[in-house]
Amino acid sequence: MSNKMHIKLNVNGEGHEFLAEPRELLIYTLRERLNITGPHIGCETSHCGACTVTINGKSVKACTMFVAQADGADITTIEGLGGPDNMHVLQEAFREHHGLQCGYCTPGMITRASKLLEENPNPTEEEVRFGMAGNICRCTGYQNIVKSILAAASELNAAKEAAE
Amino acid sequence: MIPASFDYHRPSDMDGVIALLNEHGDDARVLAGGHSLIPMMKLRMAEVPHLIDLQAVDSLRGISINGSRVTIGAMVTQHDIINHAELAKVAPIMRETSLQIADPQVRYMGTVGGNVANGDPGNDMPGLMQCLDATLHLVGPDGTREVAARDYYEAAYVTAREEDEVLTAISFDALSGGYSYEKQKRKIGDYATAAAAVTIQTSGGKVSSASIAMTNLSDVPVWSEAAANAIIGTACDADAVKAAVNAMLDDIDPTEDNRGPVAFKRHVAGIILTRAITRAWDRA
Repeated sequence: MSNKMHIKLNVNGEGHEFLAEPRELLIYTLRERLNITGPHIGCETSHCGACTVTINGKSVKACTMFVAQADGADITTIEGLGGPDNMHVLQEAFREHHGLQCGYCTPGMITRASKLLEENPNPTEEEVRFGMAGNICRCTGYQNIVKSILAAASELNAAKEAAE
Repeated sequence: MIPASFDYHRPSDMDGVIALLNEHGDDARVLAGGHSLIPMMKLRMAEVPHLIDLQAVDSLRGISINGSRVTIGAMVTQHDIINHAELAKVAPIMRETSLQIADPQVRYMGTVGGNVANGDPGNDMPGLMQCLDATLHLVGPDGTREVAARDYYEAAYVTAREEDEVLTAISFDALSGGYSYEKQKRKIGDYATAAAAVTIQTSGGKVSSASIAMTNLSDVPVWSEAAANAIIGTACDADAVKAAVNAMLDDIDPTEDNRGPVAFKRHVAGIILTRAITRAWDRA
């Protein structure tokens, strides 16, 4: 196509520059162009939240953003939060409290939850449920997801207190 | 789900936006949060050869409160509204409504301007704008003009906005008193089966003025003057509320869809309006 754009993204602290058609959806850019496959494609209609990433400090469904809109943006995916050797507190909590079964929704859940806890470090159960309402899980019934996020909040707060 | 190809533009001011709209005419559309337009483009129900992203137009982003006059830029998001302490104090119904729109991720992106301007009967802000008697600020090649929200909606997706005009802001007088936005939806993220925006002012233990608007119960938002008149002068007793509901039911015109048949929607509309009036009265 003739209308390719020069795009710059910063994903998980690493700069990327490439040519892309503006209509490319960000989730495909991440998964297929940059091989960052943590964010998943669930519904591809902005309902399920499996593709949730953090863009310039906002939780966003990457299936409903063109790469052109993200040009110049700072993006964090699940890979930027932690990995097998350096698990994020939320990842540990999801493992500890069985906050997943098949795991398909989990990257989106944890990426969203990280933003939620950043904005509201001490949420009530109701606030967790309201704040996670954009992410759908078909396995767990949510009970253990909520438990995991509340546990991670406690842990993060305890670590903060210990550091003070 | 790959949309048709387009050229992308990101102007940094309204002059740039207007120039692009002039140049490309019907081939151009503006993009705000994108959570109505992008799904339509993905389904190829909307084809937009020139997409004009408003994200870099800073003049569209402010919330200003001048006495009781509230002005909200078109690119202010629902997330911004929810977290704006001063706005929540002056016009809490804006926050209450925004919290009931879509889900957290969508609210980070979804804007007041997109919600108001699009003319989708399922959107919540159009009814609220009618309830608040808001003014919509448009800019086009011939300059700016203002349209009353109550005159803006003509049919589903058909509004008083011309193709080459852009909504830049909404403004309204925030009246103190009771308020409520009540919404019945099947699930988070769904449009309303029925929703009601109600504001009430009182004097001497009775309703001195009121405004009532309904969402997704016609092809346009419905401002029901008759419903408001039914509670003015009363203490919102059960008979007055019932009269308001009956008046509202005369003004709406729901159609059957996957949210239910007409009789069900009318039933839900009555319950939702009863709740909204009761809550607004309690808060007045």
